[in-house]
Amino acid sequence: MSTVTETGTGDAAQPVATGEAFHAALDGGPARPPRPSAAAASLAFTWRAMLKIKHVPEQLFDVTAFPVLMTLMFTYLFGGALAGSTAEYLDYLLPGIMAMSVVMTTMYTGVSVKTDMEKGVFDRFRTLPIWRPSVMVGYLLGDAFRYAMACVVILTVGLVLGYRPGGGAAGALAGMGLLILFAFAFSWLWTYLALLLRSEKSVMGVSMMLLFPLSFLSNILVDPATMPGWLQGFVDVNPVTRVVAAVRGLMGGEPVAGDLLWVAVACALLVGVFGTLTMRAYNRK
Amino acid sequence: MGLAIETTGLVKTFGAQRAVDGIDLAVPAGTVYGVLGPNGAGKTTTVRMLATLLRPDAGRALVLGHDVVREAAAVRDLVSLTGQYASVDEDLTGEENLVLLCRLLGHRTPAARERAAQLLEVFGLTGAARRQVKNYSGGMRRRLDIAASIVSTPELLFLDEPTTGLDPRSRNQVWDIVRAVVARGTTVVLTTQYLDEADQLADRIAVIDAGRVVAEGTPGELKSSVGAGTVAVRLRDPEQREAARAVLATALGTPVRAAADPLALTARTPPGGAAGPAARALAELSAAGITVDEFALGQPSLDEVFLALTDRKEASAA
Ligand SMILES: Nc1ncnc2c1ncn2[C@@H]1O[C@H](COP(=O)(O)OP(=O)(O)OP(=O)(O)O)[C@@H](O)[C@H]1O
Ligand SMILES: [Mg+2]
Repeated sequence: MSTVTETGTGDAAQPVATGEAFHAALDGGPARPPRPSAAAASLAFTWRAMLKIKHVPEQLFDVTAFPVLMTLMFTYLFGGALAGSTAEYLDYLLPGIMAMSVVMTTMYTGVSVKTDMEKGVFDRFRTLPIWRPSVMVGYLLGDAFRYAMACVVILTVGLVLGYRPGGGAAGALAGMGLLILFAFAFSWLWTYLALLLRSEKSVMGVSMMLLFPLSFLSNILVDPATMPGWLQGFVDVNPVTRVVAAVRGLMGGEPVAGDLLWVAVACALLVGVFGTLTMRAYNRK
Repeated sequence: MGLAIETTGLVKTFGAQRAVDGIDLAVPAGTVYGVLGPNGAGKTTTVRMLATLLRPDAGRALVLGHDVVREAAAVRDLVSLTGQYASVDEDLTGEENLVLLCRLLGHRTPAARERAAQLLEVFGLTGAARRQVKNYSGGMRRRLDIAASIVSTPELLFLDEPTTGLDPRSRNQVWDIVRAVVARGTTVVLTTQYLDEADQLADRIAVIDAGRVVAEGTPGELKSSVGAGTVAVRLRDPEQREAARAVLATALGTPVRAAADPLALTARTPPGGAAGPAARALAELSAAGITVDEFALGQPSLDEVFLALTDRKEASAA
């Protein structure tokens, strides 16, 4: 026999069973199953990130409309002036635009981590007996999906405008893969900032301040050879420059081992440094 | 009986403010322990320290035998928390929230779905399973939140103000759930601002104010230390109020307050049973020819408990 809390109007209309059914439900989880593995926990959080995209699809705006706009704008704005023709310029520009769009969108990782963290659900996650970085890994893997989407959108626009990757389909895929990998590693910087800074606005502000020089003072739009010497110095050490060079190499069918190695090392360093800092800040909060 | 929680001199400061200022608690295992206090008393801060979310600045806390700082992972294995502000994801549906929690607790996806469906059923949320939580009412959100906490039955469950803002029916549902959870052997630590809630559910209560425990004991002990309750009287004729006041003061032996309403009087009943003195007071009022429209016995309000407790503290300090 199960006793049932009185039914009525309002939200309590559906009864809560508090008799045997309830006890059976409690017995359904008498002992906790073994803790999930780091991978299983990360995947569960990735699933959460994907559900958020499903429920709030507006957040895909920045990886669909924005990259299309960027590609069209820069192709026609600089195309004629810099390389003589848009088709020629696209060979040089497209991998750069792709890198710029994706690197710019990484910024939203910090903002969404910050917004989410202020909510009560974070308290629950932090009291769970799981591998601690899995929450962040989940965010970043969810975002990797967004980056992939931005890449595909830009590649499509490029193909329509006449872009033909010299490396063929394999080269294009490899380039996009490398870019997404870099964006994943780079995003740990934003998760750290999100944990460090006080408000969503300040996360946004600091991200912009870092991203603008990183994107524009690079080899994305123009060949650094045309720049004054002091600027070339900065452009050379700018990680975005190296990533763009590596992606260009892969997509153009002439990968440069040095650039690839550089990106691999940069990724490892970013995750090592900012991943560690993020987790330290996360545990201390 | 062992202790589920044992704290000594727990302190948490935010800037200059001592939100928790040396709290000692001893929570017996398998019971409901009420933490009662007004806004800003330090209830949430205390719970967050015990649930490994905040690091204490001083003092020590053992939860189920594990130190909350040094053995945080072991504590997390055994406890669940339903925070004051919905600890569920507003963007997800009720079902997705529970499946996520099941997966995070180590269930594989098919088992997670089954478990989620079972919990939605007994918590009366099947109809709302596929709606986003942001469209839930307060009561539904609370139930989902508690369901998320017992996906795997924890040894110790923290409920931070689980019924604040709920209507009476939803509140009763939450109470029933708490009773059932405790009957299964889980220890529950429940914070509340309502004396009657603590009274209904808790085996023992700690009253905290300004980050300190000002009283501790069973509900009975607390009430008898404060006075069993209040007598509220409404007269027909405001002219008779002074006379009525004198009669009540003699019959009850406690101070009588004249409320703002010119027809009303309230008094605390003396320690040790309210019914006898109250019946006598009523009889004497009518013997004195005073017309009484309403005569009600009530529990002391939280305010009165606090006034009484802080009064006594100051008196003993003097
Ligand atoms: N993160 C924080 N930073 C600064 N002050 C804080 C913080 N958290 C709590 N406080 C302060 O500490 C005191 C105790 O807060 P706490 O939330 O523990 O009270 P409470 O008893 O849970 O109150 P309520 O009934 O309103 O939930 C309050 O004065 C609050 O302003
Ligand atoms: Mg609180």
